[in-house]
Amino acid sequence: MNMMSEAAVEKALEQKMSDVSHKMIGKDVSVYYGEKRALFDVNLNVRENTVTALIGPSGCGKSTFLRCLNRMNDTIENCRVTGKITLDTDDIYDKEIDVVELRARVGMVFQKPNPFPKSIYENIAYGPRIHGLARNKADMDQVVEASLQRAGLWSEVKDRLHESGTGLSGGQQQRLCIARAVAVSPEVILMDEPCSALDPIATAKVEELIHELRANYTIVIVTHSMQQAARVSQRTAMFHLGQLVEENDTDKMFTNPDDQRTQDYIMGRFG
Amino acid sequence: MNTSILLLILALIGIASYLAGTRRAVALAGGRSSDMHSRPGYYGSYVLIWALLPAALVLALWLAISPLLVNSAVRSEFPEEVRAQPQASQSLAYGMVSTIARGLQVLTPEEREQVTAGTADVRPLLASRGVAIAGDPEPYMMEAAQTLNGLSATSRFGMIATVLAVAIGGLLLAYRRIAPRFRARNQVEKVILGALVVASSIAILTTVGIVFSMLSEAIQFFTMVPASEFFFGTVWDPRFAAAGAADSAGQFGLIPLLAGTLYIGAVAMAVAVPVGLFSAIYMAEYASPRFRSVAKPLLEVLAGIPTIVYGFFALTTVGPFLRDISAQINELATGNYQNFIQAQSVITAGFVMGIMLIPYVSSLSDDIITAVPRALRDGSLGLGATKSETIKRVVLPAALPGIVGAILMTASRAIGETMIVVLAAGVAARMQFDPFEPMTTVTVKIVSQLTGDLEFTSPQTLVAFALGITLFTITLCLNIYALYIVRKYREQYE
Amino acid sequence: MTDAITPAAIPASAAPPRRDIGIKRRYAAERRFRAYGIAAISFGLLFLFLLLWSVVSKGYTAFQQTTITIPVEFSEQIIDPDNERQTDPRKLMTANYPNVARNALAKVLGVSTDDRAALREVNGLISDSIRTQLRDMVIANPAIIGTTQTVSLLAHGNVDSIFKGQVDLTVGEQNRRISDRQVGWMNELSASGALAKQFNAGIFVNGASSRPEAAGVGVALIGSFYMMLIVLVLALPIGVAASIYLEEFAPKNRFTDLIEVNINNLAAVPSIVYGLLGLAVFINFMGLPRSASLVGGLVLTLMTLPTIIIATRAALKAVPPSIRAAALGLGASKMQTIFHHVLPLAMPGILTGTIIGLAHALGETAPLLLIGMVAFVANYPTTPLDPSTALPVQIYMWANEAERAFVERTSGAIIILLLFLLVMNVGAILLRRRFERRW
Repeated sequence: MNMMSEAAVEKALEQKMSDVSHKMIGKDVSVYYGEKRALFDVNLNVRENTVTALIGPSGCGKSTFLRCLNRMNDTIENCRVTGKITLDTDDIYDKEIDVVELRARVGMVFQKPNPFPKSIYENIAYGPRIHGLARNKADMDQVVEASLQRAGLWSEVKDRLHESGTGLSGGQQQRLCIARAVAVSPEVILMDEPCSALDPIATAKVEELIHELRANYTIVIVTHSMQQAARVSQRTAMFHLGQLVEENDTDKMFTNPDDQRTQDYIMGRFG
Repeated sequence: MNTSILLLILALIGIASYLAGTRRAVALAGGRSSDMHSRPGYYGSYVLIWALLPAALVLALWLAISPLLVNSAVRSEFPEEVRAQPQASQSLAYGMVSTIARGLQVLTPEEREQVTAGTADVRPLLASRGVAIAGDPEPYMMEAAQTLNGLSATSRFGMIATVLAVAIGGLLLAYRRIAPRFRARNQVEKVILGALVVASSIAILTTVGIVFSMLSEAIQFFTMVPASEFFFGTVWDPRFAAAGAADSAGQFGLIPLLAGTLYIGAVAMAVAVPVGLFSAIYMAEYASPRFRSVAKPLLEVLAGIPTIVYGFFALTTVGPFLRDISAQINELATGNYQNFIQAQSVITAGFVMGIMLIPYVSSLSDDIITAVPRALRDGSLGLGATKSETIKRVVLPAALPGIVGAILMTASRAIGETMIVVLAAGVAARMQFDPFEPMTTVTVKIVSQLTGDLEFTSPQTLVAFALGITLFTITLCLNIYALYIVRKYREQYE
Repeated sequence: MTDAITPAAIPASAAPPRRDIGIKRRYAAERRFRAYGIAAISFGLLFLFLLLWSVVSKGYTAFQQTTITIPVEFSEQIIDPDNERQTDPRKLMTANYPNVARNALAKVLGVSTDDRAALREVNGLISDSIRTQLRDMVIANPAIIGTTQTVSLLAHGNVDSIFKGQVDLTVGEQNRRISDRQVGWMNELSASGALAKQFNAGIFVNGASSRPEAAGVGVALIGSFYMMLIVLVLALPIGVAASIYLEEFAPKNRFTDLIEVNINNLAAVPSIVYGLLGLAVFINFMGLPRSASLVGGLVLTLMTLPTIIIATRAALKAVPPSIRAAALGLGASKMQTIFHHVLPLAMPGILTGTIIGLAHALGETAPLLLIGMVAFVANYPTTPLDPSTALPVQIYMWANEAERAFVERTSGAIIILLLFLLVMNVGAILLRRRFERRW
């Protein structure tokens, strides 16, 4: 079902790897929920065309950090973010930056599949439509098909594009949500434990999909499962009690971490 | 001895039985209350229930049935020619008989003898005692009245004797059953449970009462006026004068009333739905908690104001304002100071009713919009949609069934609303499309047909029940459908 | 499988061109949408304000009434010319008290008792209701006959309206109810302090009257009080009992489903239908008297029951199951658990619901019209079986009166009604605040 040959992927990656460029840079990021501080001066850079996994025990702040990257925290009452996060060269918390534009560039996939109660087609077309990305019906059809292709869902749903998106299975729903995010052509895709509500087979499919998407997108994924982090990511960041403990290449992280706490967590001593 | 003294005696028996039961239980336990199955109070309550409950049932039955028996016994004594008359005039005669009977009781014994000797002076005599008789009584009526009094006295005596016997019998029976292992609490709780069941079936009884009372009167109406004329008639002209005369049947067409009801309701909904919906959206999606905590209760005050106040507001403020403003507009346009909006009009009533309905739409919709899961909003916002895009394209479509339900419920309120239209819509039953003219509604006609002197035999009165059951059916259908939609909607997100 | 679309169709992320996603236009739409919301809320609040303002501005003057305080000579000549009051007590009832008042006023104004036309106009300044006012004074104390007392006479409704500035005096004399000469007299009396506004206790205690200046909501208040009492005594226990059964005991079956649907529907049945029910069942079938507050109370009870049941069930549902488990675990029977533990905890919620139901019942008008409470009742009802009216019905009757002065009365009565409702609702809110428990 893949549209790119394995070799092509490798080639593209090699090219990208050679000049490490940071897509997003977080500097001294702190988050407060009212009086409570949830994140302590996190400095984390997200490399372009790389899958970065955020791991750590529950409540460690990994999801909070993720939601800072496209300002989804804005929707929570009393939430305050300090520090600086840049996307390319733009400070995303700058007054000049528009949150709508930001989210069109930094898409998000949520923990629980949340397709709109609309048809599959309309679910995908939603983003392009609000942003005015398709000039006409033919254009839109093309975007929908391409997005579903990318999410590896096209062959499964092409005959029922106009049936409700909520009628799909859990895994299909989550891939639909990924396709929905892809349809807006974002530069970065944030995934908040995208497989936690899925069975192993569906999880495998989504992981495969993440692997393929890496060629074109920068991906940040929060995951609870270390195996998953090891499978899908190139870089891993470990959070604990609202602090960034360690950030490293995934291979190194899982074989020879710098920090004792990472070691303990990976060995299953806590978490 | 009258009924209230009997009730007093029953109350005393009740107290006595409770005390007796409790004492016996205490005595049987002999200081070791753990020997008894239940606490002493339950034994007292058990005896109390046995003493009063059967007696009260007998009393109620007797009070309900004996007047009917007495009635038929007295009527069977009526002379042949009276019994040959139609039911209505027989009832009239019986009414007079019972008035005389009541009058006879207030007379002194000597006067009563004088009256029974000759009927001539009975009417003025009773009138001086405050008992007015509709016409001069016929001789048979005096006899019937005396029979009535006699039967009533016998019945009352029988009732008192039976009730007291049942009460004391029950008391003794229950008293003797008290024993250490007797499960008084379970027995008492069974009775309480029974009372709870009875209380909850009152809801059913009310519905049954509504349906049957209105149906029986409406059916009587349909024997006088064919149902097709009522449901499809386009002229409403009940002609109050000379009811009963052959040529004054009047015309009872439902259509103009229904048209007015729906027209005014539509105007009201046209005001209430957009205003209520936008208020709800703002409250649910935009308002800060502080703004919400002030504005929401204030808006709901609109629902707490009695409708009569809205009616008065429409009658004295909105109606005259619209009338005068229309005259001024007319003067500006044509130079002629002549109003084209009547003070009582579809627009006046509809507009004010719409204001009343705003909080119904807004609070119902608010609940429904808030019930849309956050995940859907996040999904849309995460794609870069603005808040209003998210609301318009995701939240509202998802909430649509619930909102439709809320609007249907509000519509049923609009259709059943009475006081505003009584004061502000007018009484002219006509079919027209000008919203600036008065029209009338089903509820207005129910009120106007039933205020004043009532005669439960004339179609002019009975038609109100036919109108009532129509109204009931329409609102019932709307409500059941709306409740069904809302319930399904809730289940979807639970 | 083969694909028509190559990945190149979607631009790679490396350095995407800035897309025009119509931010400006979309934010304008956002602002517009917000503005609609604010406009809608303002519209609702504006009309709430207008409604209250229109009632208060029209009605606050009803709590003051114009009186003419003058020395009145209780002339034996007029009241009891033939000195029969010892033998015939009715004499004092039927005496010509209006003339007493008229002569007293004429004397103050210096009008000759022979000038019949002028006397008629003098009479136009005082209310007809002074007949009962003076009569009651004389009957209470017959000794005042022959003496002169200073009395505050109720002024005529028209005088009251003018004195409160509600009538446009620039209108031609023939188009208003008070002549120029009478206005002159009023100015004279006002200058001397005889014509003055006093607190109007009458609006709270008087019964129905065709004279606006003497009309009050006394009977209506008593009628409404009886009805509220009946509703409270019947609806609260029945409603609570029904809720307990449905919430705690009822098995889930078709019968309880039916009751459930029924209650929800009854809460939404138009109130006028309850009036029809009351007319057919309580009056026509059971033969209870028309216009009686007993019937009104029964009808309102049936109407309020669903509200109370719904509120009570919500309150019972809010009591956590752990409380029930704790009591049952100690060996209490289910009935004891509910009556000793669950019900007391649910009581604040139940009472709040009941008060709100009562407030609704207090303002309800339509069903009462059908059971004949639209009646001219001047005497206080002593029992719930006596003819009576209710506060909202009194408002309805006054709203239908043509006279200008009744608009003021109606608004005054509405203010009284709204104050009652305010007190009840504030009570409910305080009760909820005071006893609200978060589990």
